[in-house]
Amino acid sequence: MTHQIIIAGFGGQGIMLMGQLLAYAGMLEGKNVSWLPSYGPEMRGGTANCNVIISDEPVASPIVTEATAVMAMNRPSLDKFEGAVMRGGLLLINSSLIDKKASREDIEVCYIPANEIADQLGNSRVANMVVLGSFLAKTGAVSPASVIESLKKVLGPSKEHLIPLNEEALKRGAERVRECVNR
Amino acid sequence: MSKVLMKGNEAIAEAAIQAGCRYFFGYPITPQNEIPAYMAKRLPEVGGCFIQAESEVSAINMVYGAAGAGARVMTSSSSPGISLKQEGLSYIAGAELPCVVVNMVRGGPGLGGIQPAQSDYFQATKGGGHGDYHLVVLAPSTIQEAVDLVMEGFDIADQYRNPVMILGDGMLGQMMEPVEFRPLSSKRELPPKTWATTGYTGDRPRNIINSLYIDPQVLEEHVKKIYQKYEEIKKNEVKVECYNCEDAEIIVAAYGTTARIVKSVIQKAKQEGINVGLIRPITLWPFPTSTFEEWAQREHIKAFMAVEMSMGQMVEDVRLSVNGKKPVFFYGRTGGMVPEPNAILAEIKKVIGGVLR
Repeated sequence: MTHQIIIAGFGGQGIMLMGQLLAYAGMLEGKNVSWLPSYGPEMRGGTANCNVIISDEPVASPIVTEATAVMAMNRPSLDKFEGAVMRGGLLLINSSLIDKKASREDIEVCYIPANEIADQLGNSRVANMVVLGSFLAKTGAVSPASVIESLKKVLGPSKEHLIPLNEEALKRGAERVRECVNR
Repeated sequence: MSKVLMKGNEAIAEAAIQAGCRYFFGYPITPQNEIPAYMAKRLPEVGGCFIQAESEVSAINMVYGAAGAGARVMTSSSSPGISLKQEGLSYIAGAELPCVVVNMVRGGPGLGGIQPAQSDYFQATKGGGHGDYHLVVLAPSTIQEAVDLVMEGFDIADQYRNPVMILGDGMLGQMMEPVEFRPLSSKRELPPKTWATTGYTGDRPRNIINSLYIDPQVLEEHVKKIYQKYEEIKKNEVKVECYNCEDAEIIVAAYGTTARIVKSVIQKAKQEGINVGLIRPITLWPFPTSTFEEWAQREHIKAFMAVEMSMGQMVEDVRLSVNGKKPVFFYGRTGGMVPEPNAILAEIKKVIGGVLR
């Protein structure tokens, strides 16, 4: 199985981190992984995206042109990457910031009000983890435990107190996919 | 040792440190800034020295100095910065000094852009600066391979007293993959650096580092000696990967990250019943000429196609190697555009449908 993932949104939404956590978790689970960021004169508030591959096979091209899953965290990302989802693939839409519906009918679409859920948890910055939780629940690409393990390594001991919040965000995202629209 | 997830640039820097590199002189430029940043942090921890020079010209001449003193030294840059370093590289090659230079190529010419490209192939493999000389040019396609080649690159540089270039691109520098820092599989017997200018104390002849030979007869002798060395390098150091060539009807030549995209294309083509092979030069100089010669003689190979992130540079070496035995085609994107798998596959089909049927 090869997961070819595109994650896109505003700079500052934690797009790159989502991808890195996925790649890290995949590596911890002994899979072949790659993480490729868009790079350029980007900054907070600009657009950012990354390509992640998690595979049982060695990773050939690190570029994702036909995605098994796309996570769109803002409107421009949906416009740009909806077409990149392969037929039968998964599209996760952050419906807190995207008021538009997906136009494709040959893919599975989930609307996740990620920022609202994050706000309920008391920290809007974990919206990315909510969507990541939904993605994990839908695909089983890696286990949430591996993602948390990776997050511990990324955050370091000084920010260990943020782990329960992030765990909760992953869980709420996972619960949310029960209401997914299946087309 | 377990694997770590690292950016290509940082992994290259760490590999250099583990290979014993203790001196780094550089000047910032995207998309390789993580290399000097990592070196600035790590080198003082291992008793080394990092200097951000006032320019690329200055940085490469600091490399010249440290290499002359026998140190393991590295610099890195991206295309426009590497152009500025060419004078120094020519001097270093002329003075027969070892060093490793990383070029994370971006689109050109001029300041160009900051997205990945392979349009510095000519500059890297044909000399780049003035005079008769070559760099040994290593072109990794994964971060693991980059790490392994940086480590071996320092040994190659020391063994032959010649600068070694790691030719990557922005994609390889910016992406992350799991890597393992492992000892080299083959250990080389490296000659002692008896020529190094370590300070004259009277217990050995004076050592002089120089690339000036006013007498043309002497200079010709000097250059011929360097070229004997190049013959040794050609004999000993060629690295190449052949992938899926056995049953192929067309062979694609690609290196670095482009070769990875081609591997995806090969898998795709297989599903459509098209058998495509890949010859991936890992050393761009010395070029794996004999590998191309051998495959060009095979009956089942009908054509070759070079795929590059340039307007067609390596394709010239492919043509020289295939030497008219089979047609050689080219497909490329440039300026920071990355060839898409479907576009490459379409080109392959065009060649198969047009020329081969």
